[in-house]
Amino acid sequence: MKMKLPAMALSALMIASPVMADLVFPSLSYRTGPYAAGGIPFADGYADYFTMLNARDGGIGGVEARVLECETGYNTEKGVECYESTKGEGALVYQPLSTGITYQLIPKATADGIAIHSMGYGRTSAANGKVFSNVFNYPANYWNGASGAVNYLMSQGDISGKKVALVYHNSAYGKEPIRTLEELSAKHGYDLTLIPVDHPGQEQKSQWLQIRREKPDYVIMYGWGVMNQVAVQEAANIRFNMENFIGIWWSGSENDVLPAGDKANGYKALTFHGVGSDFPVFADIQKHVVDTGSAAGAGDQIGTVLYNRGLYAAMLAAEAVKTAQEIHGVADINPAQMRDGMEALEITEEKMAGLGLPGFGPSFKVSCENHGGPGLVGMTQWDAAAKTWSLVSDFSESDMDVIQPLIDADSMAYAAENKIEAGC
Amino acid sequence: MFYREAGDFKTSYTDDNQTFPIKFDRYRYYVVLAVAFGIIPFLINDYWANAFLLPFLIYSIAAIGLNILTGYCGQVSLGTGGFMAVGAYACYKLMTAFPDVNIFFHVIAAGGVTAIVCTAFGLPSLRIKGFYLAVATLAAQFFLVWLFNKVSWFYNYSASGQINAPERTVFGVPVTGANTEAWATYLFCLVFLAISAIIARNLTRGMQGRKWMAIRDMDIAAEIIGVNPMRAKLSAFAVSGFFIGISGALFFAVYLGAVEVGEVFGIQKSFLVLFMIIIGGLGSIFGSFAGAAFLVLLPVALKLVGVDLLGWPTDIVAHIQLIIVGALIIIFLIAEPHGIAQLWRVAKEKLRLWPFPH
Repeated sequence: MKMKLPAMALSALMIASPVMADLVFPSLSYRTGPYAAGGIPFADGYADYFTMLNARDGGIGGVEARVLECETGYNTEKGVECYESTKGEGALVYQPLSTGITYQLIPKATADGIAIHSMGYGRTSAANGKVFSNVFNYPANYWNGASGAVNYLMSQGDISGKKVALVYHNSAYGKEPIRTLEELSAKHGYDLTLIPVDHPGQEQKSQWLQIRREKPDYVIMYGWGVMNQVAVQEAANIRFNMENFIGIWWSGSENDVLPAGDKANGYKALTFHGVGSDFPVFADIQKHVVDTGSAAGAGDQIGTVLYNRGLYAAMLAAEAVKTAQEIHGVADINPAQMRDGMEALEITEEKMAGLGLPGFGPSFKVSCENHGGPGLVGMTQWDAAAKTWSLVSDFSESDMDVIQPLIDADSMAYAAENKIEAGC
Repeated sequence: MFYREAGDFKTSYTDDNQTFPIKFDRYRYYVVLAVAFGIIPFLINDYWANAFLLPFLIYSIAAIGLNILTGYCGQVSLGTGGFMAVGAYACYKLMTAFPDVNIFFHVIAAGGVTAIVCTAFGLPSLRIKGFYLAVATLAAQFFLVWLFNKVSWFYNYSASGQINAPERTVFGVPVTGANTEAWATYLFCLVFLAISAIIARNLTRGMQGRKWMAIRDMDIAAEIIGVNPMRAKLSAFAVSGFFIGISGALFFAVYLGAVEVGEVFGIQKSFLVLFMIIIGGLGSIFGSFAGAAFLVLLPVALKLVGVDLLGWPTDIVAHIQLIIVGALIIIFLIAEPHGIAQLWRVAKEKLRLWPFPH
């Protein structure tokens, strides 16, 4: 241990380099490992949007945005290391893109006064802003997704007495919707079968054998990474009707359905934002980012579902910065001001149209009590011939009568466990 | 010049039997302790604690535990991740069931629980050894992870199946939860490591350690000279489980704060700790430290050099890191099969003669 001291002093100097006037957005990405297929497009979209803002508008409110990328490999230990190594640089908001890392960071970031935006993942009950002051999961969360899937099924016909199977990643992420689906099953009278798939999910023969035996009418999937492709392939192998197979938004990208080819035709996935590259903002990305050679990735992911989601996350972060700049009257905001900006964020149709993303997502307003947004969920469907996803339903409300009590109960349990006084 | 026994007279048996009989070695040990306890806590920040020091300290305890079982007693175990999970979940259940008891005792009790579980899974070792025992402990690894995922009592029926460490204090200073100071968590783990290392060192150089080593070297011969194989093997499993349980408890409560069993305590953790003791040196307490340091520091150091100094893309650095760490492991095993501890021993021998070798 004696040997380490000089090295420690050196690195301490390195880390404490002078802080420049810029807005730091750490991107805890994963471009390696079994989840890279999902991590790469998201990280590309996130970085490219900020690169585009810097090139086109000279940053946000005149201050340059800087994306600090740190590779986590979807691994919580590396996630902690990334958090600690980037937070000293004035990080404004963390988007870990991993439910496990989000759980890890919730207490740490709250203590450090930095905001977390777990968009469509993370701890669902963080929607209760009274307890989770620094955690946001707008515009939709896992439980909205579960309810949205059930609502969609109900719009297709009566589901009482039908069998629904949940194929889920056996982790904090996959377990999230279980309670909601159980409550909904009591309310609407369908049978729920739980089928866990262990990390990383490359082997699912036994799970799909069970599905073949029990013949559920519908399958809902909460998967991520390589698990999705395998599940879609296995479903095709047992000739499960893809029309009745619904994935959460993390199981609905091009990567998940392309390997199964034509057999994946008709597979459905939930979403909380628009699909396709038919938005004016992509012309700007092409002009300012791809053509200048400053794209984060190979530039081949533009317009894919997860790229769009990364872009959407970056857009919401940038809008929150603008809101914070308005509230506090300073351009170079700090993490506490960023948090205020996120809490006062309002996304309207006009705003999205002005950003070149008309109708890309629902319009919503964040408040101190509600960090979860409206929870509007749409359904997309895969067209294997055209190789495109298309929206097949409107963004519609989920069953908040069921979800809100669950959010309140879970967040209050967390508050009691950690002795947090409810704010607002 | 260094490590010289000349002039270092021992006048009592206690002197003769001390852990570090050579004066220079002993002073070096005191200096390391003084730096670790007296200087680092004042220099430490969050980054250094969470990126290097806490994982190093905690993995060292785990490596000491596995080294007792595999290095000293010769029983190959691939269940380390599962046993660490036992420590973590035992600690969690104790923390939430008895919030008024000091976390210090919870961690020790978690070690005790793991010792019992580890002994139970050590029973097959009485009949089988080598690869077959490795497979039996591998079964323990998968069974334990499955159990903690399946039975919701272990995670207090939380919706996500995660366990979260609530805030607990030692002498009024929080060591778990969100509001911890780097120095407090560091010292808390360091105390456990120091005590574990001293206990392990003294166990292994005493009668118990000799029994273990006798079993490791040739179990039939050991039985003939009067070593009870059942007691020797099971005691190795128990002691090893105790240390591994402590490390698992600290890993969950102090280092990560929130744990999901499949991801954190999976099979890769078992292999990681096994690599640590193989690279560090089987049958050496110092080797446990060296192996843990090597495998904790190297990836982060490579990342710092690649991303922060050279500015390479993160994915390239992550891939290069795998290549370099893998290559170094192979090079090490070819160049020095007995690990870093053997290098250290050779260096010591050289230093005794330096600067006038024969």
